[in-house]
Amino acid sequence: MKQEGVNQAPKEERSTTYQRKFEKVNEIINRLGRSQSALIPILQEVQEEYRYLPEEILTYIATALGLSPASVFGVATFYAQFSLEAKGKYVIKVCDGTACHVRGSNPVLAAIKKRVNLTGDKKTTSDLRYTVETVSCLGACGLAPVLMINDKIYGQMTPEAINIILDQLEKEEAADE
Amino acid sequence: MEQKNAVYIDGQLVELNGEKNILELTRKIGIEIPTFCYHSELSLYGACRMCVVEVEGRGIMASCSTPPAPGMKILTNSPRVQRVRRTVLELLLANHDRECTTCDRNGSCKLQELANRFGVKKIRFGERDVKLPLDHSSHSLVRDPNKCILCGDCVRMCAEVQGIGVLDFAGRGSKTVVTPAFHKNLADVDCVNCGQCSAVCPTGAIVVKDETDRAWAFIHNPEKLVVVQVAPAVRVALGEEFGLPAGEIVTGKVVAALKRLGFDKVFDTSIAADLTVIEETHEFIQRLQNGERLPQFTSCCPAWVKFAEHNGVEYLKNLSSCRSPQQMFGSLVKKYWAKEIGKKPEDIIVVSIMPCTAKKYEAALPQFATGGIPDVDLVLTTQELARMIREAGLVFDQLDVESFDTPFGFTTGAGVIFGTTGGVAEAVLRAAHEFVTGKPIDQINFEAVRGFAHRKEATVEIAGQQIKVAVVHGLANAKTLLQEIKEGKADYQIVEVMACPGGCVGGAGQPIAPTMETKKERAKGIYNADKLSQLRKAQDNPVVTKFYDQWLAKPNSAAAHEALHTSYSNRGRINGEEIELLTSKQPDTVDIAVCVGTCCYLNGSYDTLQKLMKLATATDVKDRINLHATFCLEQCEQGPVIKVDDEIINGVTPDTVEKVFAEKIRPKLG
Repeated sequence: MKQEGVNQAPKEERSTTYQRKFEKVNEIINRLGRSQSALIPILQEVQEEYRYLPEEILTYIATALGLSPASVFGVATFYAQFSLEAKGKYVIKVCDGTACHVRGSNPVLAAIKKRVNLTGDKKTTSDLRYTVETVSCLGACGLAPVLMINDKIYGQMTPEAINIILDQLEKEEAADE
Repeated sequence: MEQKNAVYIDGQLVELNGEKNILELTRKIGIEIPTFCYHSELSLYGACRMCVVEVEGRGIMASCSTPPAPGMKILTNSPRVQRVRRTVLELLLANHDRECTTCDRNGSCKLQELANRFGVKKIRFGERDVKLPLDHSSHSLVRDPNKCILCGDCVRMCAEVQGIGVLDFAGRGSKTVVTPAFHKNLADVDCVNCGQCSAVCPTGAIVVKDETDRAWAFIHNPEKLVVVQVAPAVRVALGEEFGLPAGEIVTGKVVAALKRLGFDKVFDTSIAADLTVIEETHEFIQRLQNGERLPQFTSCCPAWVKFAEHNGVEYLKNLSSCRSPQQMFGSLVKKYWAKEIGKKPEDIIVVSIMPCTAKKYEAALPQFATGGIPDVDLVLTTQELARMIREAGLVFDQLDVESFDTPFGFTTGAGVIFGTTGGVAEAVLRAAHEFVTGKPIDQINFEAVRGFAHRKEATVEIAGQQIKVAVVHGLANAKTLLQEIKEGKADYQIVEVMACPGGCVGGAGQPIAPTMETKKERAKGIYNADKLSQLRKAQDNPVVTKFYDQWLAKPNSAAAHEALHTSYSNRGRINGEEIELLTSKQPDTVDIAVCVGTCCYLNGSYDTLQKLMKLATATDVKDRINLHATFCLEQCEQGPVIKVDDEIINGVTPDTVEKVFAEKIRPKLG
């Protein structure tokens, strides 16, 4: 009953950054220690590296910590902060708490999905650029409707505003490269 | 009057004698508090909340995890307790597939029993509408997550008693499930098929794979000669299914029942066990004389063998190469006996009645087939045989006893005690002295290796040499022993391992045993059967001697090796993906895989990998190397292991990696 449809980046794209990341995994394990109590901090830092927790890395961590892979999987699936699916470079969290909902978070969400070309239940674009999720409250109800792109908060969103923000984001990204 | 060291239970004054929890105390005074997740051999979990009692001044408490305190006033059946228990049951049932009539555990389900006992007639909550898929991948077990009540008994059994941890909880809240890692199937992880999870499961969430239909099909096929072998442990447990006490020897009735069911020949696996003793003891003596591959581990238990293939690969060479008695039997029947009676192997069907779920998996292994025809066609557990007897309407109690057929029906006590922990070691000890010195040993009973202690030890002198024997049951105990051997803290020459607590008498294919006491009674039955045997030593079995004369020449001969021995392979831990580190788009590249499985990791494969990575990214070879970390290259005893294209290179430590790179890899790059 293996779950299908788990997002994985294309092979070539993965391997370029993989080596650096795997070195980092070992650095994390060595720094935090190979004890069972270090599991959660290790998972947190590893997720920072990969943007999710790949299966083979979880098995590797289990081996290093002397745990069964089933137990590591159990911890990784218990906490909402961990993802076993690859996430996009930009994670957009659209708040759909009461305040945001009544001030129009739905049209904002629809605009984002249309813009990044996500349909149905899909959360991450196939080029692994964007992940779009809804969250229950970001604690910034005064700015409703509110959303986050990675660590940055954007308040008083409208469908028009989001397009401007994403234009800006893509322009900055192009300039970086 | 207040007593200093006593509590009141339902108004009755009960003295405390160091009981750890209220539940233990109530059971002592004959009150049966219902439980799902409480097993005395497992850790306390306190999840199911069935065992609630009311404690004055403290309210409703879980009796399994509340220590009794002097002066406590405990009510076990107050209106409040009754209400809570019923609600708990209703909630569990709301989340449970209630297709009782078609469930394997219909009639032996604890949830069903308690719902009946506590008069739950109506469930106020809706039924779960999402159906999760069943896992049929295992040869031995079927997992149905829709029947799981999340008591965690299987999780703790596998981790604590068997030391594996195949199953654990995943997800949270209403989406919690018990599953192998990454929702994989049982067949794709390091499950050893011991089935102890199914033996503690209170419901039908994990059950033994039922193959009685296949048995009927064989029996009803007139073109096949269907022979059946019965393992030792079956004869002291089957009676329980029909109301007889545990440990009662019902061999004669089992034979009678099998004949009435339509099996053409009924044989005894114990004769193959006698054969195993002779082969295994000769193998041991040879190793002892050469001083190699010691300790010798027994290999009759397929769950232990698979455990070693996953977790103790550096000791695979120490396992006796003997097949288990079940497989020796099948091999002899199909290779030799068939010819003798003028039949083709494919026209004979070998069915086994086993106390064991792992035997189903063992029989299906490709190495135990001759020309594509399995040596053992079908394995039924004691439970399945009971089902067939019921289906056929046989009144077990009233069956007249019958005896086994020839030639595979004559056994000694040595072959019978294989059914309990310590039995294989004892049978070997009864033979070893005689094989070395030529003189039979006076001692028949080796009490030191009997009983249910986690580890049993004995020292026996053979021709001036002290032979140290260890016996363990429960794979967690085997794991500890392996670790001690690895660290040089334990020194034995023979180690017997049986995966199930109590050995085969406690196998998961046996009738569900509520307590360890049942298993102890069965073990007693086994030793009684041994006592009743006229011949107690395997080497005294005249039929086995005849087998050697006719078919096998002598112990450990080429013919014996061909028919009775096997080899083992490393299985890694989990079907995992590789971790890709460097991928090149160039056409003529070299592929390097570095093992980061448990053994290699502990041997320092990570440092090897680090160095290789540096070497591989050096400018002149850049983009010419594909590098990945893989989970097992199956050479664990010589780790760290790397694979360069198709060549496996052992012992690549951080110190030698540069040399290996220069000699093995660089030349390939031109």
